[in-house]
Amino acid sequence: MTRRGLQGALLYGALFACAIYFLAPLYVMIVASFKTLAEVRESSITALPTVWTVEPWIKAWSSACSGLECNGIRPYFLATFEIAIPAVSLAVAIGALNGYAMAKWRSRAADIIFALILIGSFVPLQLFLIPLAITLRELSIYGTSFGLVLIHTVYGIPLTTMLFRNFYVALPDELIRAATMDGAGFFKIFSSIVMPMSGPIAIVAVILVFSGIYNDFLFALTFGETGKRPIMAAVQNLVASSYGIKEHNVNIAAVMISALPTLLLFFATGRFFVRGLTQGALKG
Amino acid sequence: MRIAGKRISANRAKAWLALIPAVVVAFYFIWGFAAYTAYLSVTKSTFLPNHEFNGAANYRALFEDDRWWVAYSNMFIFGGLYLAGCIGLGVGLAILIDRLTGKEALFRTIYLYPMSLSLVVTGLAWQWILNPTIGIQKIVREAGVEDFKFNWLVSPDHAIYTIAFAAVWHGTGLIMILFLAGIKSTDPEIWKATRIDRIPAWRVYVSIILPQLRATLLTAVMLLGFQVVRSFDVVVALTNGGPGYASDVPARYVFEYFFQRGEIGQGAAGAVVMVATMIAIVLPYLYFEIRRREA
Repeated sequence: MTRRGLQGALLYGALFACAIYFLAPLYVMIVASFKTLAEVRESSITALPTVWTVEPWIKAWSSACSGLECNGIRPYFLATFEIAIPAVSLAVAIGALNGYAMAKWRSRAADIIFALILIGSFVPLQLFLIPLAITLRELSIYGTSFGLVLIHTVYGIPLTTMLFRNFYVALPDELIRAATMDGAGFFKIFSSIVMPMSGPIAIVAVILVFSGIYNDFLFALTFGETGKRPIMAAVQNLVASSYGIKEHNVNIAAVMISALPTLLLFFATGRFFVRGLTQGALKG
Repeated sequence: MRIAGKRISANRAKAWLALIPAVVVAFYFIWGFAAYTAYLSVTKSTFLPNHEFNGAANYRALFEDDRWWVAYSNMFIFGGLYLAGCIGLGVGLAILIDRLTGKEALFRTIYLYPMSLSLVVTGLAWQWILNPTIGIQKIVREAGVEDFKFNWLVSPDHAIYTIAFAAVWHGTGLIMILFLAGIKSTDPEIWKATRIDRIPAWRVYVSIILPQLRATLLTAVMLLGFQVVRSFDVVVALTNGGPGYASDVPARYVFEYFFQRGEIGQGAAGAVVMVATMIAIVLPYLYFEIRRREA
């Protein structure tokens, strides 16, 4: 074998070895979720099912029990979307307007607010829990889905503001100046010039904020509505609380269902997802 | 001119109107809340916030609590392993992928997809694989090594390592992407020059390319560092702090003191120590890096 051939083999060998580490959990979960309970308890977790069954998925979706509730994870799954859709829309819309105001109508004060928000987005969320509980109680929305919409909108705004601001800074100022000369005002310029150019960054923002809200656990656990908790709190509770015989296949199917939306979003929008991640990462 | 001036100031006023949500978020929901929690840490708050001053009593109770020290040192064990794992593996994979001539997208996707999953899903998935009675231990035993033992998940001395193992699985992809972008942005002329001198590829990466990526490393360390202090989900899903409280972390400790033990004051003290630790580590590092860059 030539030196180059050997190097190539080593390269692919290393890449495949790492691929196993990254793919193993997904593989294990997929095969386990299609096994019968008897088989999942007897067979090795790496073995393919001898009999494929979708029973665990159906049960996980509509009739698995966590505690006394036996409605599967469907109600929680749907509740998560009921929270995520308004919160994503609000956070993105407000972030776009804030980002525009900060990028194109710059002032010292606006820069300071931006810095405060940016640094603030690194504060551990634990510091917000008690004041949030108090605020939600004052507003009489403690433990409701509406409360979670408010929370996710509020803590989505730093990310969306940062994304839109950095995107708008790159737009030429002449555009705004020319429009001002023509008599267009602040909001008019936003709706007719800036907004139509925001497509790519809006997609990135929606993907990032949606994934963040959908995957949230801390707020879901603390402020979720009983029986309508967001999915991550619900699925964790389902897996942790099943008494008696643990139905691993059903639990694993439930985890798979809860993982699917963001997983599919990742595969469908790979390019935007990666761009969002790196931009989100580089905000510091 | 005067009309234009008036219009501009009208627009400025509207810009401020548009910024109201940002102002409310910054001053109320972020810094106001953080300050209030800091204040609660010196009050007699238990099940409910109580504004009676309590001096440093909560901090004293916190520092005398063995559980807190377990959680606090776990944060450093977990953090060290998590940073070393994500950065080591992420940089390695970025270099390997950079060497590839095809299939780049395929491998990038395989290493990155865990990032799209939640840390709860990550914790639950690894919980099955690491569980001695169903996971790796069982597989190896069935393959013939009957006395094989791999019970870190339920071992008080090792449970924290399993958390790092799962978290590295989740976080490596992002670091790989960051470094891959960094490597691709370096001057391709380097390769021509080093090929003439017959310098092996690995040396080019280690001695020439990676030293140029200090800024990327800074981003990666900050990003992962904040993730460490925040880590709550993966711990709850994988070990729930157990066995006992052997794999507890400050974020979970604080949560428990807030909502399950009704010790809001002591929980708040824990949260303040979390932030203080973060600042104590980040500030010198940032200062050092920024001075370096200016020099």
